Amino acid sequence: MKPVIVRNLHKSYGSTPVLRGVDMEVARGEVVCVIGPSGSGKSTLLQCLNGLEPFEHGEVIVAGQHVGWGPERGGARRRVPEREMTLARRRIGIVFQQFNLFPHMTALGNVTEAPVQVLRQQREAAEAGGRELLARVGLAHKVDAYPADLSGGQQQRVAIARALAMNPEVMLFDEVTSALDPELVGEVLAVMRRLAEDGMTMLVVTHEMGFAREAADRVIFMDGGVIVEQGPPEEVLGRPREERTRSFLGRVLRPETVTA
Amino acid sequence: MDFEWPIFVAALPALARGAATTAELAAVSILLGLVIGVFGGLARVSGMRVLNVAAIAYTTLMRGIPLLVTLLFLCYGLPSLGLLLEAKTVAIIALSVTNGAYVTEIVRAGILSVDRGQMRAARSLGMGWALAMRRIVLPQALRRVLPPIGNEAITLLKNTALVSVIAIPDLLRAGTDVMTWQANTFSPFAGVALMYLMMTLPLVALVARLEAKWRVA
Repeated sequence: MKPVIVRNLHKSYGSTPVLRGVDMEVARGEVVCVIGPSGSGKSTLLQCLNGLEPFEHGEVIVAGQHVGWGPERGGARRRVPEREMTLARRRIGIVFQQFNLFPHMTALGNVTEAPVQVLRQQREAAEAGGRELLARVGLAHKVDAYPADLSGGQQQRVAIARALAMNPEVMLFDEVTSALDPELVGEVLAVMRRLAEDGMTMLVVTHEMGFAREAADRVIFMDGGVIVEQGPPEEVLGRPREERTRSFLGRVLRPETVTA
Repeated sequence: MDFEWPIFVAALPALARGAATTAELAAVSILLGLVIGVFGGLARVSGMRVLNVAAIAYTTLMRGIPLLVTLLFLCYGLPSLGLLLEAKTVAIIALSVTNGAYVTEIVRAGILSVDRGQMRAARSLGMGWALAMRRIVLPQALRRVLPPIGNEAITLLKNTALVSVIAIPDLLRAGTDVMTWQANTFSPFAGVALMYLMMTLPLVALVARLEAKWRVA
């Protein structure tokens, strides 16, 4: 079963529809970048995938688990109980735009907290694993630092290590470089690129067209709560078929970076 | 002015015994009030209607009734219902339940002040609400509200003076006893005031120390 399956997903905030029938799948090891103007619903889509945002209609199956609504049986559907959602989230890693590191814990504490408290790993084992993960994101020298003493880029790399510590089946990235100073974006993208090369299944909501072009297997362009166009990056970013895609890319890409 | 050193000095042992009772009442009630306040605060933010309404009713009631009235009510009202409690027990209940109402609101404010992203991040790692609250949100919230909670503790310590009306031999009661026997007001009450002040100092120091220790965050 594919790690991410979304069928006919609908969601609105009050009377404002945000997602209007989204269908998509992500295959194991695939890296999918979701692009689109702000308000297009791409971040909301990600929040729905791990059940942080409820939605009204549709089927979402992530890491083999139904999220939000259970499978339809005889025309009836039931909400997935909170306890099952909590279990499902263990297999779904997410990294947020605002890092959301735990400020009262060191980098290592942030990374080991869930393995120890949720997975009941021995502290020594969790710390060994945590050090390894922090080394993997280039922060071996910062294990004992508190978030307040780290740069934005370093914090976001700790956040990636924290999500990886749960050994998730799929990683969701929610505009993870948008809150960073420009000179810190590269170090975070480099970590993500390596993760993609290692075969992680990734769904990346991003404004970084360069990253999408180089690292994505597939690019999805969303607008107005629906998927407008998708395909290999060289097609969607280089030869978009849809007018809406063309006009969006025309706005975000500086002329010199548009590929022929 | 009728201050006399001999009376002041002679009163000190009796005042010290009263102070010990006051300290005991205050320490137990502060701790109980803290426990009540943490659970009350959690009930307020739990998202469970029954708990929330119960907590609102509790804080409204206890913040709306003077502590002195609560004390007298429990002391003289409960026996008429057939419930006989020791005066000290009554005092501890009244003090901690009143204090707990204020601490409930402080803890609630503290929890609400923690960024929503903290709860989201904790939940996204597979933590249940209770675990996320206990490990992630509450530690940050309590750090932030340490100063107002310290204030409440000091207020409670001084409010223990009210228990002398239900015949508990606390510090104030020891002072009034000396006043009666010696027919001297100023000397014993100078000692009483001094001892209350001396008891608040360690509390202030404790709060300052905890604040410094939990600076990170």
